[in-house]
Amino acid sequence: MRRKDRMRNQVALGLAISALAFGASAEPDDDRLVVNGEIEMVTETAAPEHMEGVKTIYSGWRFRSDETQAFQIDDFDNPSMIWVETAQEVWETPEGAADKSCSSCHEGVESMAGIKAVYPKWSDAAGKVVTLEQQVNNCREERMEAEAWKYDGGDMTNMIALLASVSRGMPVNVAIDGPAQSTWEQGKDIYYTRFGQLEMSCANCHEDNYGNMIRADHLSQGQINGFPTYRLKNTKLNAVHARFKGCVRDTRAETFKPGSPEFVALELYVASRGNGLSVEGPSVRN
Amino acid sequence: MIRFAIISASVVFGASLACAEGIAPQQVQFEDGAIAASLTGVAGDPVSGAELMNKGSGNCIACHAVTELEHLAFHGEIGPPLDGVADRWTEEELRGIVADAKQMFEGTMMPSFYKVSGFTRLGDDYTGDAHPGGEVTPLLTGQEIEDVVAYLMTLKEE
Repeated sequence: MRRKDRMRNQVALGLAISALAFGASAEPDDDRLVVNGEIEMVTETAAPEHMEGVKTIYSGWRFRSDETQAFQIDDFDNPSMIWVETAQEVWETPEGAADKSCSSCHEGVESMAGIKAVYPKWSDAAGKVVTLEQQVNNCREERMEAEAWKYDGGDMTNMIALLASVSRGMPVNVAIDGPAQSTWEQGKDIYYTRFGQLEMSCANCHEDNYGNMIRADHLSQGQINGFPTYRLKNTKLNAVHARFKGCVRDTRAETFKPGSPEFVALELYVASRGNGLSVEGPSVRN
Repeated sequence: MIRFAIISASVVFGASLACAEGIAPQQVQFEDGAIAASLTGVAGDPVSGAELMNKGSGNCIACHAVTELEHLAFHGEIGPPLDGVADRWTEEELRGIVADAKQMFEGTMMPSFYKVSGFTRLGDDYTGDAHPGGEVTPLLTGQEIEDVVAYLMTLKEE
């Protein structure tokens, strides 16, 4: 007990000292995100009921510097848009033995508005929760009779960015009950499991320490409403499972594979922690 | 057969060498989270300890701020700042905390720097692949723990 008190005092003292000594901000900023002067983004809202440890959820955009934030305010400045345009062409290009394109069935990509917001979701046909990537590959193989794309490869990530772009501003709203519930529970277990030699869980950084600096990184809540994400760090579009993989790897753990049942479950769970935030993809982060 | 003999000879040699160097991670005795004796019997080097604060598998300032190391960029805010840490803890307690902080603070996020078992999905360094099996290298060697502790013992304010 004495020891615990001592630690608590130290932490309180410590926070005061570090704020003084290094002037780092421990909170998300107060900036408002409106894209292209018209898409009003919800970057802060009440946490969904299922979240016990967090009251307010914030988009990762709120944790980034003004310079990084600026890249996402106008599509002319958002480097992701090059690949969105590439995917737009692919959308209309017939491929595969059935000589069909996406637009053969779905017409303009605008018809897909709202889709990104509800994935991953339960599929009766597949008998499991599927991600948007898996749905795209299902279309390619079954309807177009074309080859599946690599789960987190460039073609796929570009297409997901295109699909996200037409849902921008709509609230993330993945279902976690009914047939999706057991997958959601599995994802929650993974979120709180301390992996690897560093024994770190997603929650250690993104629930318990968002707002704090870990070396040069300003920890966010690890929300995925902005995926795919263009990162200044690697100057490309990043798929959400590739990001998960990077995080798990950095705990000195054996990662799960992009598209694996574990990462599908984790994606559903993490997406559900952002229910109510706007779809922002393709976003820009550092 | 010959190869096997050579391998086992080197394993035996390696093991006896580790013994000669001090207390292996599996043999460490914690008492209220503290470790009474030096892990190596060799006095820690605070200069090398200061290096480990900044880089390598130590990288303590990723989570802890240290005013004395302010010339180094980006100190973290995850754990308590370490200014005056030697006033608050004994050498034995600091050794225990650096070796395996979970012994002192249940559930702490701090990695265990001198621990080699009990991990979930242990990887092969930072490759993302599974650990190949066999001996697990702790994040810091016994001497590196002693060096870090020696540096921390210099952080006095009173």
